Amino acid sequence: MVEPLLSTDRLVKRFGGLVATDTVSIDVRPGEIHALIGPNGAGKTTLVSQLTGNLAPDAGTIHFAGRDVTRLPTHARVRLGLARSFQITSVLREFTALDNVALAVQAHAGHSFRFLADVRRDERLRAPARRGLEAVGLGERAGTLAATLSHGEQRQLEIAMALAGDPKLLLLDEPMAGMGVEESQRMIGFLQALKGKRAILLIEHDMDAVFQLADRITVLVYGRAIASGTPDEIRANAEVRQAYLGDEIAEIA
Amino acid sequence: MMAALRTPRGLATVVILLVLAVLPLLTQAFDQRYLLSIGTRIVIWAIAAVSLNMILGYGGLVSFGHAVFFGIGGYAVGILDAHGVSSGWIQWPVGVAMAALWAALVGALSLRTRGVYFIMITLAFAQLLYYVGVGLEAYGADDGLNISRSRFAGLVDLRDKASFYWLCFALLAATLWFCSRFANARFGFVIRGAKSNDLRMTALGFPVFRYRLAAFTISGAFGGLAGILLANEGAYISPAMMSWVKSGDLIVIVVLGGMGTLFGPLFGTIAFFVLEESLPPVLNLVQKGWGEYWQIVFGPMLVLIALYARGGIDSLFGRRHG
Amino acid sequence: MDYLLLQVLNGVQLGLLMFLLAAGLTLTFCIMDLVNLAHGSLYMMGAYIAWTLIGWTDSFVIGAILALPATFLLGVVVEAVVMRRLYARDHLDQVLATFGLILFFNELVRVIWGPAGKSIAVPQFLSHTVEILPGLPYPAYRVAIIAVGAVVAALLAWLVARTRVGMLIRAGASNRRMIAALGINIELLFSLVFGLGAVFAALAGLMAAPLTSVKIGMGDDILILAFVIIVIGGIGSIKGAFVAAMVVGQIDIVGRAFLPDFLKTFMSSAAASSAAPAISQVLVYVVMAGVLIWRPTGLFGQRT
Repeated sequence: MVEPLLSTDRLVKRFGGLVATDTVSIDVRPGEIHALIGPNGAGKTTLVSQLTGNLAPDAGTIHFAGRDVTRLPTHARVRLGLARSFQITSVLREFTALDNVALAVQAHAGHSFRFLADVRRDERLRAPARRGLEAVGLGERAGTLAATLSHGEQRQLEIAMALAGDPKLLLLDEPMAGMGVEESQRMIGFLQALKGKRAILLIEHDMDAVFQLADRITVLVYGRAIASGTPDEIRANAEVRQAYLGDEIAEIA
Repeated sequence: MMAALRTPRGLATVVILLVLAVLPLLTQAFDQRYLLSIGTRIVIWAIAAVSLNMILGYGGLVSFGHAVFFGIGGYAVGILDAHGVSSGWIQWPVGVAMAALWAALVGALSLRTRGVYFIMITLAFAQLLYYVGVGLEAYGADDGLNISRSRFAGLVDLRDKASFYWLCFALLAATLWFCSRFANARFGFVIRGAKSNDLRMTALGFPVFRYRLAAFTISGAFGGLAGILLANEGAYISPAMMSWVKSGDLIVIVVLGGMGTLFGPLFGTIAFFVLEESLPPVLNLVQKGWGEYWQIVFGPMLVLIALYARGGIDSLFGRRHG
Repeated sequence: MDYLLLQVLNGVQLGLLMFLLAAGLTLTFCIMDLVNLAHGSLYMMGAYIAWTLIGWTDSFVIGAILALPATFLLGVVVEAVVMRRLYARDHLDQVLATFGLILFFNELVRVIWGPAGKSIAVPQFLSHTVEILPGLPYPAYRVAIIAVGAVVAALLAWLVARTRVGMLIRAGASNRRMIAALGINIELLFSLVFGLGAVFAALAGLMAAPLTSVKIGMGDDILILAFVIIVIGGIGSIKGAFVAAMVVGQIDIVGRAFLPDFLKTFMSSAAASSAAPAISQVLVYVVMAGVLIWRPTGLFGQRT
């Protein structure tokens, strides 16, 4: 049994009377794509926010890369190798695509209390940033303002930023949201290529993509993880069919 | 340098800097002493405006208490002077250090909040020191205190108007130089990135609070320097140096000149002083006696600037690249 | 003991006046997402307009009552001419524009009423004292301020708890779509809310006038105190504003009353009595700092 890279142990988060995360224990192993699915309001984003450190859980623990990170602030978790993309596209709109990725590189290149050298001439940041942009297919768009990139390109840029720090785990919150068919296919191909090299926790609505990509799937309903297993096991799981997937899964199966 | 002359922005900047560099010679040649004193105040206020721009323009943090650093720098000079410490070598570092210390304290509290809280808290803490100044009976309370100018034995005599002006100008140049480096260095990119999207910056792994606190502290230190100069300019300190109206004026100057641009605060300061000096006589031309009420025109001008001219003077020279 | 009780009452009265200001700020902030520095100008305008109307009508009550619709109108005009254009803007634009309005109103007052301050006399029928406790007289006018302030506070509590506008405040909504979803005419609602805030500010200004004086810039310092109050109370919470206003009122008045005696134990009495007001002001800010360390979003603010 491989030691998991990320694991939660009976995580609980309440908002008033609502239990948004109900004793959830999940884990992600090195190199695997683990998909988290569930209907709207199932508590996926709440769970992700606790993993990234934007929300503090009421009970339970989060371990990452062999450490208890439950109380660690966001930026410290990122330093340990936990990178994320946002559900709603979140790039630095006033900066060029290259600047965006270069900042992501900079975040992992020691402290930034440096006041004199021109950051745009710093090849230690620019060169890896350029490679990162090329890897996601944005090499041509390096000098373009992020705000003027198309929606799909911004999502690609986000992935490039998340990858820039060479993270151990990528937390992708609906990377295909709002993408056209063609762009989605390209993103799926790209994630496929990452498989085995990096662990990915994928939150996604597009069932086609999930079943194509995932090694394992966890189903979240009303804050509870009702099932976890390989795509085949999830397809076969009666409770999942009943509680959530219903007809949709029948089509795929 | 020659390349800069080819754009209107570059040309205007170079001309303004050249005029400022030789201002004492000009005012002497045309026998306009009064203009030199305005010029000195412009240069000092420009230092403060550049320092505010570091956090307001580049950092997007609406600090409504920046004039407090005028007060801290000024009172450091005045209080030390009142106790017989007249050497600028002691007064000035103390003034800058006190301003930085206060900025670090206020920043540690206010930067944990955002939006309106930040505006109001910075305003409130400036008001706190204002009332401390009012309560300092030993240092003139409300009325303020006449002080003697800092001494830099053998190096420069601050009582000489031209020497003092050139010292201020050199310090402005140094401040601008630092700002130009800072804005394009790793540190400045973090601050500017956080203005654009602080959640994203945190998610990239930057401890944003720490960088903002450092920027706030640096900005305060330069503000303190401006306060030291202001106290020496008039040989006088008073709580009015740090009244909230002065903080408002500084925000007006930065926005008027162009936020987040290197020379915008300088343009803004010049425009602000020119307006202040020229609106009353212009209004008096329209109708004798109206000049006294120039703010009735100036106030609505600010409203219009806020509504329609956010790019400031800098944007008149066309869009910036990059 | 009696002296302490009187000072506490004075503190309650100051707190209620500041609550009137803070409530207007809270309303405009909650519903329109507007930072209005010029709120203090409405406080000042209320007092000046009341001074004129009291002069014309020769009656405090009639003048004061007429001043309220007059400032309501002023508020509606200011809203229509300037504020309406600021709702969708960021806070910096709002700060800049309303700062410009302060300069404008201060100068306008100088043009219309001249630079010298005005005074409004305590109305005849309230110029006596009442015995609030056997053998303890207290000025009737101050009792009246407390009564009016309490009535307005109760009115606001009702507004927040029982009306649809109140629902918006409770939801912490500065959300146009949500307001539209409730089927309310937004433009009209915003005008009315701003006008209402102006009336509260004017009421505070004209009630305070007989106790202090009517002068240029009178609204500016008290406005900053009102800001401190809503920061302590938690932005967007009427209840928080009320509690914080009471606390600040007590600190200010009780501080002024008792600090000199305390200070005299270690400084000259002249220095003590001149430093005391400044120190009690400083105390208010120290309390604010303390609250912020403890709870960055204020006592009743929404925690994130």
